[in-house]
Amino acid sequence: MSLTHQDVARIAKLARINVSDEEIAAVGNQLNNIFGLIEKMQAVNTDGIEPMAHPQDVSLRLREDIVTQTNQREAFQAVAPQVEKGLFLVPKVIE
Amino acid sequence: MTNATLKQLSQQLAAGEVSSVELATHYLDRIEALNPQLNAFITVDRARTLADAAAADAARAAGQAGLLTGVPMVHKDIFCQQGWKTSCGSKMLDNFISPYSAHVVEQCHAAGLVTLGRANMDEFAMGSSNENSYYGAVKNPWDLNAIPGGSSGGSAAAVAARLTPVATATDTGGSIRQPASHCGVTGIKPTYGVVSRYGMVAYASSLDQGGPIAQAAEDCALMLNVMAGFDERDSTSLERAREDYTRELNQPLSGLRVGLPREYFAAGLDADVAKVIEDAVAELKKQGAQVVEISLPNTELSIPAYYVIAPAEASTNLSRYDGVRYGHRAAEYKDLVDMYEKTRAEGFGAEVKRRILVGSYVLSHGYYDAYYLKAQKIRRLIANDFKAAFEQCDVILGPVAPTAAFNIGEKSGDPVQMYLSDIYTLSVNLAGLPGMSVPAGFDRRGRPVGLQIIGNYFGEAKMLNVAHQFQLATDWHTRAPAL
Repeated sequence: MSLTHQDVARIAKLARINVSDEEIAAVGNQLNNIFGLIEKMQAVNTDGIEPMAHPQDVSLRLREDIVTQTNQREAFQAVAPQVEKGLFLVPKVIE
Repeated sequence: MTNATLKQLSQQLAAGEVSSVELATHYLDRIEALNPQLNAFITVDRARTLADAAAADAARAAGQAGLLTGVPMVHKDIFCQQGWKTSCGSKMLDNFISPYSAHVVEQCHAAGLVTLGRANMDEFAMGSSNENSYYGAVKNPWDLNAIPGGSSGGSAAAVAARLTPVATATDTGGSIRQPASHCGVTGIKPTYGVVSRYGMVAYASSLDQGGPIAQAAEDCALMLNVMAGFDERDSTSLERAREDYTRELNQPLSGLRVGLPREYFAAGLDADVAKVIEDAVAELKKQGAQVVEISLPNTELSIPAYYVIAPAEASTNLSRYDGVRYGHRAAEYKDLVDMYEKTRAEGFGAEVKRRILVGSYVLSHGYYDAYYLKAQKIRRLIANDFKAAFEQCDVILGPVAPTAAFNIGEKSGDPVQMYLSDIYTLSVNLAGLPGMSVPAGFDRRGRPVGLQIIGNYFGEAKMLNVAHQFQLATDWHTRAPAL
């Protein structure tokens, strides 16, 4: 497998990371080296093996549907890049 | 005072031989003098530390002191701590003053421990050399040309340089054990689920686990008593009865079955490291341990499996850094998507971007089965290897890394070479087992070498017992670098 510049641009788009035209060749080379390492998995027969998502095969706990946390909007918004009247501001998405 | 262990400091405080303010001042002065050459800290706040130390002294005067009240410590910059900058080694969080504290930080605070500062680390805990920090590389106190290991390089270097008696750390693929090994200190990664991940900045959630780094196994046991415990705010925290990790420290090792995986002593292991491990095994045999040869046949596959699973989980976890709720935001952008893409391009370093890109690809439409599912099946094979091995032995011993610390810059240009050096640590995280590193000697260049002890699930007390008995008979853990 070898990723083309087009593939790298598509992955970067999926990841929402701007990769400039100047960077794309170097990034592509590194990713191809990493996938060279990863491809070694494909030689292993894993038929019938149950995938392991988690070290302890336990089900997630449920909790009572009650309020346990107090509102800390001011504390949490104090670290936000841009807020106004208690709202997080982002560039306009609807005209 | 400088070389005192956590336990000794606790005793000195209880006996009234020293105050918490005196201790904090001593360590803050050492940090001020030595940190410029080591770069082990991202944040130090003398006034805050001294205020906390004074509060600890007041608590002691009021008769409210616990075992560790007033003892100084350091937190890895991955644990959110209210009012402290929690950068996780990233430009993305360079402006993040945490509005809340991690469970581990709360537990340490409740135990009366005093925070000296925040330890440097590889950005978002991604790295094996601590060269990936936005705040610059950490230097190994034993040799300033060498890496301290990563990602908890600041924590390990600070303990080694005696800038703190103990530090918190995290281990996703070896990030406690490998820097502990490279810096000649003792560190333990508990069984997955023992230490709460609440408030610990997430990298790969099914692998991340917090633990302590200190001079000695006994100190790690005392710290684990503070750090471990059920926390309902972490969905994978295990509901288990509290245990005393010091309870087995003094048991003799006669009859202990020690497994040596043949794959850990195959080609690629440095001769000096191999000799150190052989000598350590010989010491345990002298104490009555029986050696059993075992096999972990899928060890090599831990590298590709880890470098699929960890980046996949990282790519989802790190999607939260969008420049909206906290952290860095690009100065100029033309619309929302442009803001995301520029913010993340500016805020993340090269290795973090690489792992997010790998993760985004392996989870993308049409590739999920070939990579992510395949890696999860291999993860099962690796866990099964350990299951079979632990039918023949009580603990597994081996090296932590193929070589002692390499030089700064030696592998930073080649991610694949860096990944290959994680061969002996990754499988422990994939299986969710506990692992530790104990100082066991030095290589030809005088760089420390650690012995890895791998336990069965919830085998921490047994591992700490083995480590403590080894440390009663050896003095590697008491050696400190000349600085």
